[in-house]
Amino acid sequence: MIITTTWYLLLAAILFSIGTTGLLVRRNPLIMFMCIELMLNAVNITFVSIGSHLNDLGGQLAVFFVLVVAAAEVVIGLALVVAIMRRRSRTNADDLKILGG
Amino acid sequence: METVVFLISAAVILSGALGVIFSKNPVHSALFMVQTLFGVAVLFVLLEATFLAAIQVIVYAGAIVILFVFVITLLGVDRAEDLKVEPISGQRPLAVVIGASIFGIILTVLILAVGGPTGEQAANNPLGNATDNTRILGEALFSTQVFSVELTALLLTVAVVGAVVLSTRPTKPLISSLDEKQNETVEEEGGE
Repeated sequence: MIITTTWYLLLAAILFSIGTTGLLVRRNPLIMFMCIELMLNAVNITFVSIGSHLNDLGGQLAVFFVLVVAAAEVVIGLALVVAIMRRRSRTNADDLKILGG
Repeated sequence: METVVFLISAAVILSGALGVIFSKNPVHSALFMVQTLFGVAVLFVLLEATFLAAIQVIVYAGAIVILFVFVITLLGVDRAEDLKVEPISGQRPLAVVIGASIFGIILTVLILAVGGPTGEQAANNPLGNATDNTRILGEALFSTQVFSVELTALLLTVAVVGAVVLSTRPTKPLISSLDEKQNETVEEEGGE
């Protein structure tokens, strides 16, 4: 069995689906962020494998920027979680329905 | 050899991903995420993206996971979440259906593309071999992509400033009556 690009794409698809399911199922915001990271990693695998398939550097360049954006997103997201937790003792995505007024 | 490495790292990645979403304790989820990220780093090495593999380990498994663990310990939310309670009825089956249908859509595309992905081979941005990877990536980042790199610097600066602003305690409330009302709700909940 030879590993072709399709195998990498299949793995990325499974990883992305697991991340999506986790994001929808879990209610702890921290774990929801982790699921977003899983989805971003799935996309990174896709980028690098397609780039390798087409002998193109563009895929790796895209992954570089995705990494930076992921880092920024996590920093802001966790700061928001800390700010919310300071007011409310529990963290739970459903508790944020108070934002509805 | 490549097949064996791919299969092992695929198993590591998927078991880690399942561990993230099935762990009751957030700390365990963070550790399972490290497992997944290391598996992805191995795949990057396999695809000869050596620089990205190193960055994956340093930035993701190093910095981002440490940030997660810091927040988990800082907030004391290391209490186990009861996974058996379903807050909104029908949420879980629906979530699984949505996840499975996304997988089904991607799988359909992969099956339809019989000979694997197609496309033009790179003309002006070729991928070097593994030993040259870092140099080629660096040259591209600081020549053709230099504007994006500068924007990245701006983004990171904004993120750092935003994080500091969000995490400082407000010295005086902006609207006093609103703040009192919120304090009351917090106290009520503390009593529960």
